[in-house]
Amino acid sequence: MWPLIQIELLKIFRKPRTYISFGAIAIMVIIIQIALKFDGKSYIEFIVGSLQDSLDIPYTNILNGYFVCFIILNLLLIHIPLLIALVAGDSIAGEANMGTLRLIASKPVSRTGLLLAKFVAAVIYTALLLIWLAFISLLLSILIFGTNDILVARNDALEIIRSSDVMWRYLLAFAYATLALTTVAALAFLLSVFAENSIGPIVSTISIVIVFTILSEMQIPLYDRTVKPFLFTSHMLAWKGFFYCKIDAGGTAIPGTIENIRAIGKSGLILFVYIIGFVSTAIFVFNKKDILS
Amino acid sequence: MSLVTVSHLTKKFSTHTAVDDLSFSVEEGDVYGFLGQNGAGKSTTIRMLLTLITPTTGHIELFGLDLRKERNKILRQVGAVIEKPDLYKYLSAYENLSLFARMSGLKISKKELQDQLEMVGLAGREKDRVKTFSQGMKQRLGIAVALIHDPRLIILDEPTNGLDPQGIADMRNLILHLSRHLRKTIIVSSHMLHEIEQISTRMLIIDQGKKMVEGNVESLMDPAKTRVEVQTNDPGAAAHLLESSEWFPFLQKITGDGLIFQLPKEKIPALNRAMVQLQINVLSIQAKTSLEAYFLSLTRSKQHVAPYTD
Repeated sequence: MWPLIQIELLKIFRKPRTYISFGAIAIMVIIIQIALKFDGKSYIEFIVGSLQDSLDIPYTNILNGYFVCFIILNLLLIHIPLLIALVAGDSIAGEANMGTLRLIASKPVSRTGLLLAKFVAAVIYTALLLIWLAFISLLLSILIFGTNDILVARNDALEIIRSSDVMWRYLLAFAYATLALTTVAALAFLLSVFAENSIGPIVSTISIVIVFTILSEMQIPLYDRTVKPFLFTSHMLAWKGFFYCKIDAGGTAIPGTIENIRAIGKSGLILFVYIIGFVSTAIFVFNKKDILS
Repeated sequence: MSLVTVSHLTKKFSTHTAVDDLSFSVEEGDVYGFLGQNGAGKSTTIRMLLTLITPTTGHIELFGLDLRKERNKILRQVGAVIEKPDLYKYLSAYENLSLFARMSGLKISKKELQDQLEMVGLAGREKDRVKTFSQGMKQRLGIAVALIHDPRLIILDEPTNGLDPQGIADMRNLILHLSRHLRKTIIVSSHMLHEIEQISTRMLIIDQGKKMVEGNVESLMDPAKTRVEVQTNDPGAAAHLLESSEWFPFLQKITGDGLIFQLPKEKIPALNRAMVQLQINVLSIQAKTSLEAYFLSLTRSKQHVAPYTD
């Protein structure tokens, strides 16, 4: 299996389009960092809203690397699925379009093995993209803005997490984001099995993510219990839960705690079931498929 | 020993039957010509041999093993170029070859890869990306990929497609080299009859998915049915003049620039004299004692001349 995965990784990382995602993330993160460096105060005022009249907000302390990374993740993790679809949607359909699918499918490798190797390679790509995002959004922000306690806005309240209590939350958040984006990769992968050029699965994946995200965000009671809990997009942002602490009687965040770990676990499980479902269906379809390209 | 045994193979795509109850066998050492017009079902059959397409019914055995049950074991001994030799354009020739060797489960040294590229005439271009290659070079690299794991059976689907005359000649020589010197069994499909005629030891002609004939090339060539193409400046009038002669039954077809006869080769001089006597302006006479005449007589392109009317 490992040689097949190596071959798939070679194909992914020798393709110029792979680096579009890394470049796009770098550009977006740097634009946000520049904006916050020069006008971070306005952004914090927007977050704290009316509380600034009753509280003495220490703007300089709040605008630190941890906080900037939190903002970047909030802004970007919605859009990164589009970049994931670029590679995962191309994995089978791109080979069909190039004419290489018939060549690899006639080699003494099972179709299931071939597909799993491609999927594992797509997951590795997703993880590397997230590591890259972590590197420039967290480490670069720490270098530029320094470290301090992090201010997290929750509905109509503000929560302060000590700087010593932050890093492990980021590790879990990035791990969860990898799971969430792997779900998107699995969807693009499934759609890729049906197509003979990569545009179709890439656009379809993006469209599905957009429609599901809109449905997830809509405040319509009818959908709240019937549709939303089952959409994978409703669970993709559960990483934020790692930054929600249990609150003591005095209203202070308790270090080392997570308010609702069960909800995060449940969301993670739903995403995992989606991944298994998408990949199993892809394998089933691919094993039955006549390769005519 | 039969290396390939295909029994009652059928493939249906919804309402269309691409391959219809096809049976044939390929013996060890054969260069097996697989002939048919475009859409005859050659590529579908070859794809079924390579497990790219699942047969609707029928049975395939390679090397005495059931293809459905022993797929990987069988494919380790098969090399193929299917239609165009599409490879990874963004990778070099060396990387492509190395990648496919690894997919075949082989650990091949750099020297072996270099030797393989040299054999197909790509020495010195191994580091160049495939996107810079001509069609002929891609075809040769495709052959190298097909041969890298030293297969017993080589399947070439339309290997001369898109090649210039030199490329076609190179491909023919390569096939003959593989057959005669390396003792490979080769299945080569084509609609280029002349090519098949020159390299095949046995052949199968299919039309509309059905087997028309299978056998040795020599035995299938019938000298009594030489195709004779007569070029003349007024084919209609020439046919009219021939109508009452003994030559009219041999007339097969009237084309835009001449007449096509089917007759024993030794009768050509007499036909020529008869046409001169009938004052038909003969511009050229071309005899085709080849597979082409046979092929055309078997397949649907056979067009008998309609009774001549004024």
